[in-house]
Amino acid sequence: MSPVRRTGRPVGEAEREGAAVPAPPGEDPEHLRGLLRAMLRVRRFEERCVELYSSSQIRGFLHLAIGEEACAVGVMDVLGPEDAVVATYREHGHALARGMSMRSAMAELEGKVEGCSRGRGGSMHLFDLTTRLFGGNAIVGGGLPLAVGLALADHLQHRNRVTACFFGDGAVAEGEFHESMNLAALWHLPVLFCCENNLYGMGTAIELAESETDLSLKAAAYRVPAWEVDGMDVVAVRRAAAGAVEAVRCGGGPHFLELRTYRFRAHSMYDPDRYRDKAEVERWKERDPIPALARMLQGAGELDDAAYEQMEAEVSAEVEDAVAGAEEGTLEPVEDLERFVTSERGEGAA
Amino acid sequence: MTTTTYREALRAGLREALQRDERVFLMGEDIGRYGGCYAVTLGLLEEFGPERVRDTPLSESAFVGAGIGAALGGMRPIVEIMTVNFSLLALDQIVNNAATLCYMSGGQCNVPLVIRMTTGAGRQLAAQHSHSLEGWYAHVPGLRLLAPATIPDARGMLWPALCDPDPVIIFEHGSLYNVEGEVDDDAGGAVPLTGAAVVRPGSDVTLIAYGGTLRTALAAADTLAGDGVDAEVLDLRSLRPLDTDSFVSSVTRTHRAVVVDEGWRSGSLSAEVASRIMEHAFWDLDAPVARVCSAEVPMPYAKHLEDEALPQADDVVRAVHELGA
Repeated sequence: MSPVRRTGRPVGEAEREGAAVPAPPGEDPEHLRGLLRAMLRVRRFEERCVELYSSSQIRGFLHLAIGEEACAVGVMDVLGPEDAVVATYREHGHALARGMSMRSAMAELEGKVEGCSRGRGGSMHLFDLTTRLFGGNAIVGGGLPLAVGLALADHLQHRNRVTACFFGDGAVAEGEFHESMNLAALWHLPVLFCCENNLYGMGTAIELAESETDLSLKAAAYRVPAWEVDGMDVVAVRRAAAGAVEAVRCGGGPHFLELRTYRFRAHSMYDPDRYRDKAEVERWKERDPIPALARMLQGAGELDDAAYEQMEAEVSAEVEDAVAGAEEGTLEPVEDLERFVTSERGEGAA
Repeated sequence: MTTTTYREALRAGLREALQRDERVFLMGEDIGRYGGCYAVTLGLLEEFGPERVRDTPLSESAFVGAGIGAALGGMRPIVEIMTVNFSLLALDQIVNNAATLCYMSGGQCNVPLVIRMTTGAGRQLAAQHSHSLEGWYAHVPGLRLLAPATIPDARGMLWPALCDPDPVIIFEHGSLYNVEGEVDDDAGGAVPLTGAAVVRPGSDVTLIAYGGTLRTALAAADTLAGDGVDAEVLDLRSLRPLDTDSFVSSVTRTHRAVVVDEGWRSGSLSAEVASRIMEHAFWDLDAPVARVCSAEVPMPYAKHLEDEALPQADDVVRAVHELGA
């Protein structure tokens, strides 16, 4: 029988121990306006990417997180600069929210050498070690063992850091999810597992992929404390992440957030989106995290129309600057094709 | 000089690495309390403790991937996989992460990870513990592959492998663990990672071998010497990158070559070596390059069938005579 729980309440170990999510600071109006701006940056960046895809300036696979912005923004907001992030191929939002410049990200999408990965990775492989973003990983589940290893390195070097590992509901069916949860729990490693459950693994609904669709129960099976969180509410995500990160940092071992979210657009630019009911998509759009937070701030008298318009204008200018930068960017000389098959550095990245 | 076994030489290398660098730790299935399935790590748990000699669950993908992550995080992990067959459960991590992260990140990431695994047949372990899949790994850019076939290489390859900023896989042939030989204590062990070695000089034919087949080639060379054929035996040592210059130079002198490879013939390392000889020494050849490989069957259990499936010294001798040497 499933344990009784409500959104934002712990299940599994934490519940048995009577732990609760502490209400953290960081919910003052100024901070919330910052979260709104962070989500807007991701949204407007990705909307511009669609246009650039249509005009063939961006190619390859392009996976958009439109609708899911609250997940990346809420979690990144509570991480410190020494913490590490491992993300998936739907990671524009993670990269931007983690602090990658929009110019660097857009140049990467346009395949320019000024891009964060020198145009070697593209949309699915945004890396930025200056912000400890260890990549977009495009093998579903493939990033989880890496995150466990980054946390193991921190454990062995007695560093008080957290590794946040993002993955989708599709990854939960992979063996690497189960192996990684087990290993992290067994060795009590500082990993925050962030499952962005958007209800579809590419085009397959979770009901068709999981014998148990309540994903937090899987974490509980590994004795990993788990929270179900409204992934369309950035304040709820931030609050849950703050509590979980604090618990992980205090030596509580790995924690698991199931962020219940939804992507408004297709899986990728190639996806005709035949497998979802349009009415379902429209219902979820009513819960769009960006207008939801804007309304909340406006209702509280903390965001007037002029301020919101100014925020939009600033974000738009940043996006256009990034596009201009990417278009002025240079192509890596083909003579460099074989550079970085092996490292030009002498040492491990610490 | 000290007499030691291949197993003890490997263990001495591991001990040295653990002593020299605090960042080094070992991780794998049954390497601690059990002592290692081939007893290579026996005693290291007691000597270095459970933080640095870590028994893992049976989760090849997770612990190999964790090794990659730990390497990214500044550690120098040495991951043991029981056999090359089991490494297939970690192939995603090795090929899609370890080998690609540096390139895919535009040179930001590097993965200073060493993976050790047992390879090869000869112990009647049948079709899921006996294969030689080095050739598959040798296909992948971003990996360095080593095949210590001698006691000095078993002792000395590990430290320089750890100093490599990129992932290194060390293949230990299972038939070699009990082999005895001499190692120079004063040398401190380290050997160069690049460069094939002429183990036995000769002038009539070049026998090119690696790992477990080096002993086969040497035995064949002894027999051939009795037949009046002076065979040169070359140990590849590094399977990626291949030291093309060494075997091309040897073949340019001997004008004949036999590649001895425990892998299956089709798409094998032997095919790669033979191609490179064609590309670089075609006009120096007096005969086509010959290959002695494993039969293209899953490895059988019964002793007589397994022997039949594997490259034997007699097969090498016959191949040399067929070249007209």
